[in-house]
Amino acid sequence: MSRETSAETVNIVPHVHHDHGHPHPKQPDLEDQPVRYHQLMAEAVGELLIEKGIIAADELRRTIEDIDSRNPAMGARLVARAWVDPAFKARMLEDFNAAASELGIETGAIPIRALESTPEVHHVVCCTLCSCYPRMVLGLPPDWYKARAYRSRVIREPRAVLREFGTIVPDEVEVRVHDSTADLRYMVLPMRPAGTEGLSENQLAALVTRDCMIGTAVPAAPS
Amino acid sequence: MSAAFRIGQRVRVRRAFPPGHVRTPFYARGHDGVIDAIAGDFANPEELAYGRGGELRRALFRVRFAQRDLWPDYAGPPQDSAVIDIYEHWLEPVEEGSP
Amino acid sequence: MQQHHDMGGLPAGPVERAEQDHAPWEKRVDAILRLLIDRKRRIMTVDELRRGIEALGPGAYDELGYYERWMASIGEILLEKGVITVDELGRRMAEVEARWKEAAEQKLEGAQ
Repeated sequence: MSRETSAETVNIVPHVHHDHGHPHPKQPDLEDQPVRYHQLMAEAVGELLIEKGIIAADELRRTIEDIDSRNPAMGARLVARAWVDPAFKARMLEDFNAAASELGIETGAIPIRALESTPEVHHVVCCTLCSCYPRMVLGLPPDWYKARAYRSRVIREPRAVLREFGTIVPDEVEVRVHDSTADLRYMVLPMRPAGTEGLSENQLAALVTRDCMIGTAVPAAPS
Repeated sequence: MSAAFRIGQRVRVRRAFPPGHVRTPFYARGHDGVIDAIAGDFANPEELAYGRGGELRRALFRVRFAQRDLWPDYAGPPQDSAVIDIYEHWLEPVEEGSP
Repeated sequence: MQQHHDMGGLPAGPVERAEQDHAPWEKRVDAILRLLIDRKRRIMTVDELRRGIEALGPGAYDELGYYERWMASIGEILLEKGVITVDELGRRMAEVEARWKEAAEQKLEGAQ
């Protein structure tokens, strides 16, 4: 996905006026483009908040580290554990946040719910209004989840959108789309694929991609 | 605050279009669905959005809609559904036999 | 009236699945927001963030990137609440701009 237009570009990188092409050096922290206005604002606001003692530089660093530490492997671990341990699965369906902390995954105050896909119902999650997503167990959402096409279409033509992801749900199975409009967040607990009986929990977790926990994909058994 | 609706009850999303920070999606307004789950009490985001309203909590309901009811041209099978988390003040009971 | 961000069910093109990594400044915006809304501070809520983004209007909403929208909203809300003043924010943004420009020029000189 391309970056947005340069409507809000601030031309920070100095323009060297000579004929031969001279590659502009990158500043640390900048992308391959001139700095944009809101990136400047982000730096300025961060500095001001720290100087005013509203946030500590250390807190900011640790929060970024926490963001970096969250990724779909966490959700995949929960799925794999649910697949091998029915009692854990029951606890996860009852109180997801508590079950996650059993595995050392602290999810914080926002309640997350697992949506168990079955032979009768295939769940898909979206947020048509913004980008609500179970960040604490999946990390930051992909660009497409936050963008117009997914947000406007998956609620209305989920099967067509799933087809774009290479996922076909048979007509006999209900497709149930969940619009995360309030404080709850949703993670799909996909069905365990057939032919995985001999796999270890780690091997099972490796089958569970991020998109399987959004509902746009289903786990496949290793070939 | 006690739950205004029970699981399985038919409800209608109010057909209102206020400005401001509204978390009931436009596509759901005026449509009928069924209470799928009672999600608990939460502070009203419509008021939190303006820096107030933390104290008055509202009951949140998971409401399931038939896709063929939401979208006139829905192409999928009749059992496909959508579930939206909607606050009680956006829902009205649907009387049996009402249009 | 259907608000611009309230897009469920509207027509749109295919889902563009190509993904980009988050730049450090974007994660910093995310982290700043998480700290501003946390129990220790409660300086703002995520609902105010969303309301601020929705108030940007269709043009800005569509032209700005995701975290640019976040920053636009956070900046506005911090100004509304008097956490920062227009004057100090403007001065600091100018300072940062000058600082980065100088750093870029120094690197350019170093490369020559």
